Amino acid sequence: MKILVTAKRVTDPDMKIKIKEDGSGIDLSSMSFKVNPFDEIAIEEALRIRKDKGGEVVVVGIGSDKAQTEIRYGLSMGADRGIHVQVDGYMDSEVIAQILKSIVEKEQPDLVFLGKQAVDDDNNQVAQLLAEYLGWGQACFASKIEVNESKAIVEREVDGGIEIMEIDLPGIVSADLRLNEPRYPALPAIMKAKKKELQTLKPGDLGVDITPKVIVKRMAEPAQRKGGRMVADVPELVRLLKEEAKVI
Amino acid sequence: MSSVLIVVEHNKQKLKMATLKALTFARQAAKKLNTQLNLLVIGHEVEAVAKQLQPYGANTIYLVEDPAYKNYTAETWGHVTAEVAKQCDAVLIGINTGTTGRDLMPRVAAKLNAGMVTDLIDFDGDLFVREMWAGNARAFIEVTTPITVASIQGTAFGVAEPGGTESSITRLEIPVPKTKTRFLEIRETKSDRPDPTEARVVVSGGRGMKGPENFKLIEDLTDLFNGAVGASRAAVDSGWISNDLQVGQTGKTVAPDLYIAAGISGAIQHLAGMKNSKVIVAINKDEEAPIFQVSDYGLVADLFKVVPELTEALRKEI
Repeated sequence: MKILVTAKRVTDPDMKIKIKEDGSGIDLSSMSFKVNPFDEIAIEEALRIRKDKGGEVVVVGIGSDKAQTEIRYGLSMGADRGIHVQVDGYMDSEVIAQILKSIVEKEQPDLVFLGKQAVDDDNNQVAQLLAEYLGWGQACFASKIEVNESKAIVEREVDGGIEIMEIDLPGIVSADLRLNEPRYPALPAIMKAKKKELQTLKPGDLGVDITPKVIVKRMAEPAQRKGGRMVADVPELVRLLKEEAKVI
Repeated sequence: MSSVLIVVEHNKQKLKMATLKALTFARQAAKKLNTQLNLLVIGHEVEAVAKQLQPYGANTIYLVEDPAYKNYTAETWGHVTAEVAKQCDAVLIGINTGTTGRDLMPRVAAKLNAGMVTDLIDFDGDLFVREMWAGNARAFIEVTTPITVASIQGTAFGVAEPGGTESSITRLEIPVPKTKTRFLEIRETKSDRPDPTEARVVVSGGRGMKGPENFKLIEDLTDLFNGAVGASRAAVDSGWISNDLQVGQTGKTVAPDLYIAAGISGAIQHLAGMKNSKVIVAINKDEEAPIFQVSDYGLVADLFKVVPELTEALRKEI
């Protein structure tokens, strides 16, 4: 079984971001980066399926040269080889999905595994767009997956509970938080990953137009809450909720 | 005439309250764009849902019924939505956000060659506004395609009241497409409590709850208000509470009148899901917990002592 997974380079989700004063975007100068946590879960699941079924796991990353760091991370987790599509600057979800479509057509995987959303732009679109472009089925927000020869049974985290669905392969699955606990690559694996194949392509090689349809014109800080007031005990809290906040 | 089209989310019998928030947005958008406003109900034997919407003044309520549309799948509902959007010349197609909306709408966008805005919170007739980076950046977005597809963040809009001329219901036959996915079953979370996105009061528990049995304390408190139970990711990951109660960046976004966080430290990802609540109360024994930076009233205390005390005190007040 051949599985394609994604590794998006995102800002460390535990760091506080700063918006540039001119509103043109996020100030990335002091940020550190890592693999999108949802992609990490997708990579882990692909590796577990490979262990069970055999085959190959290919990691795809799209972005500047620096995006290779996150592809290498996927390789150090245990993926077999990487593909880097070099794009500098802004891309919308549609451009990313179009690039992935062309890679899928070249690679012909049985399964494409992506994180359900990237924790930077929080768009939650690429897996679904890709499924429609390919004319494949989608199983998004997966918390459990069982792969057979030509089908997979997927449990999805939905509002109201867990939905169970069947999807024909090849198909698209997006990973939710509770699918697994991703491994940490050990040092020998990190060293070994440096020697694994990593192919670099340009959108032009793939015949993909990278003009975005959805453009971020400017950014601003959301209104900040003025919190921080402390109360001494429950009676004071109840009094304030009643007399000041008037919510009871 | 072009239109704004809203896909109605329902539980097969009743529409979800979040649909009425999406409707508030849609009314504003239709006015700004000078278009009609249409609604779309998809399912099997769901005429009752369409009827519930008749007093809300939409131009037309489209009703598409087939046994194959009974249980939502992105492929079937996406096909129907795109076909109806073409028939009513929709320039803006939206649904309230949630797992259905987020699963469905990119597929519709791809079919219609439209740009998509996820979880919009505002629209001035030109630019859409949404939040990114776990609610820490507000982005103003231009969509360059003739059609825009969107999921609508309910916390940003009030519940629509009935108003306007009674809407007519138009049945459409949309042939069922061939699909590569099949719905098998849903394991529903059984609860008599409202959903966190719909309740006036939400009481959430986090890692500090220490175990599933202690969520009884949260339930006793929230039940005073007929409120909802919420949770941080830590509590859900530990298996103490159902996944669909997770509040935060990757779970639900809530904005109740009163949000009480017990034993929740307040990671960026959790704050993203509740920072727009009207009044926030935080109870945590760690005075350095970041939750106190956003709470209106913070109480540094052992939640196992003060949550029951708060429940008893409030029982006398309400």
